[in-house]
Amino acid sequence: MTTASADRVQAPFGARRARVTANESRGAYTVLRCTDPPGPRPQAGQFYMLSAAERWGGGEAERPFLPRAFSVLRAGGGPGRDELQFLIEDVGPGTKRLCELTDGAELSLVGPLGIGFARPRPGRRPVLVGGGVGIAPLAICADQLDEEPTILLGFRDAAHAPGATLLGGGARVRLATDDGSVGHHGLVTDLLEAECDRDPRIEVYACGPPPMLEAIRGLCAERDVPAQLALESGMACGFGACFGCVVPTTDGYIRICVDGPVVDASRLQSVLTPGGGH
Amino acid sequence: MTPVDFCGIELAHPIINASGTFDAIAARRAFGDELIDHFPFSAFVSKTVTLKPRQGNPPPRLWELPAGLMNSIGLPNKGLEGYLTHDLPELARLPVPLIVNVMGFSRDEVGALVSAFAAHDEVAALELNVSCPNVETGLVMGADPHEVARLMRAVRPLTGKPLIVKLTPNASDVPAVARAATEAGANALSLINTLRGMALDPATGHPWLGGTTGGVSGPAVRAIALAQVHSVCAAVEIPVIAMGGVQRGRDAREFLEAGASLVAVGTESFRDPAAGRRIAAEVGHLTTKAANPVQGGPAFRGQLPQVL
Repeated sequence: MTTASADRVQAPFGARRARVTANESRGAYTVLRCTDPPGPRPQAGQFYMLSAAERWGGGEAERPFLPRAFSVLRAGGGPGRDELQFLIEDVGPGTKRLCELTDGAELSLVGPLGIGFARPRPGRRPVLVGGGVGIAPLAICADQLDEEPTILLGFRDAAHAPGATLLGGGARVRLATDDGSVGHHGLVTDLLEAECDRDPRIEVYACGPPPMLEAIRGLCAERDVPAQLALESGMACGFGACFGCVVPTTDGYIRICVDGPVVDASRLQSVLTPGGGH
Repeated sequence: MTPVDFCGIELAHPIINASGTFDAIAARRAFGDELIDHFPFSAFVSKTVTLKPRQGNPPPRLWELPAGLMNSIGLPNKGLEGYLTHDLPELARLPVPLIVNVMGFSRDEVGALVSAFAAHDEVAALELNVSCPNVETGLVMGADPHEVARLMRAVRPLTGKPLIVKLTPNASDVPAVARAATEAGANALSLINTLRGMALDPATGHPWLGGTTGGVSGPAVRAIALAQVHSVCAAVEIPVIAMGGVQRGRDAREFLEAGASLVAVGTESFRDPAAGRRIAAEVGHLTTKAANPVQGGPAFRGQLPQVL
């Protein structure tokens, strides 16, 4: 969690190698574990730029060429307490290549990058809302929060719903699926609305597809509920160099990579940026 | 590593950054003092500064290509006043000389920018981005030898600092533009800027980028850059800063052999923020071990290309 004195954990300068220690399936998702001895412990909501150390650009005329941005799912485990975990869904050439990496392969990574989640405002209890692969930063967020959060997760279907087990399962997690195969038949924002009705003294921590975040932004603005949204965008660099990952705010465009990815919902005009979530 | 003299500025090695591909202030936030202690470039070229602030183009701004990237960023910046107030004091503290890149939409605008920076000792040199249309003539300044000559004649008397003209590859006769800039008083040339490209959204068939077209960079353009650098080095005798898809020391060395004095790294810094440092070390190693090192004039500068 970030504090007022330091807005982020800073990254070692430059890309470094990290050895993959496990590749585990969770339904439609892959959890990639690696060890990162030289890296600092990231804050919840921070992210890394990942690529495979081999067969990734490097002069061969094929994609993937640029690294991909991934929120850290969990950190500090493993025998050396230096493990990083990432949640990956195979949706394109970069994620496909990353999902192929197995024990002993190497990642190239830069991070931790960006500004993570802040502690809840006084008197508010945290409610974590995640959609699809966007549940990743909520796992480390739940680990780093001082109090037990309420967790609401939405998935497409039963093939994706096993992702919920990454947040511990049990009574604190409630599920929704688009097709009704698991949990509530409908949107995760239905669950959030019910939660607000039950007790509005909450603070929302959310990550997921842009339409979900936009619905949460609207709902929270209507009910005066603070919300911290972890945004996603295609990024070329991850450290503010390329100016490619902008989102409009009340104060003009900001770069998601250095001024986010966690942004207070009250600053945003809309999460539905063209090309966002790609 | 052997220091390089560039227009009277001593640089520790020949690797700098391409304008608009590295934000040292944002990188300091991400990496802290380690960035300063291991600064990857021997000079820092800032992002383009315009007279008025610019928001930049609407997103999406990026499109990945096989072996490259296309961007449509639109030169967002704080404008001259914002740059002088907020950015210049921070950039002046970098451990390397500062080159400021400026762009105006008319000769008067470029003149105002050049005059403003002429008064600042912390600015070692100015780079003129001429890849934009002159609003008075409608011509892209850098695509036309006469436009470039008129611009240079207008701004040359305004400063004694080295003036670098950043050439656009989207011109029919780049060496002619290079000669015109040189004859009108440019101290150095830099090339190539990005090549114009376009991508369609596979879902809609409409242009993907918010700016409709974008600039192609990365290793995809390296061979084009090498040919243009070679032909410009054959056409003029002033120093040339070469760039276009440099990923390794051997890429940089090719540009040096074609006649360049410095080589800029751009897109590769997106893949690894410390790429410039690695490439500088690789160039130093190649130069040391080479039987025929690049010194006292490049290997084939001045050799004119043959008909294809």
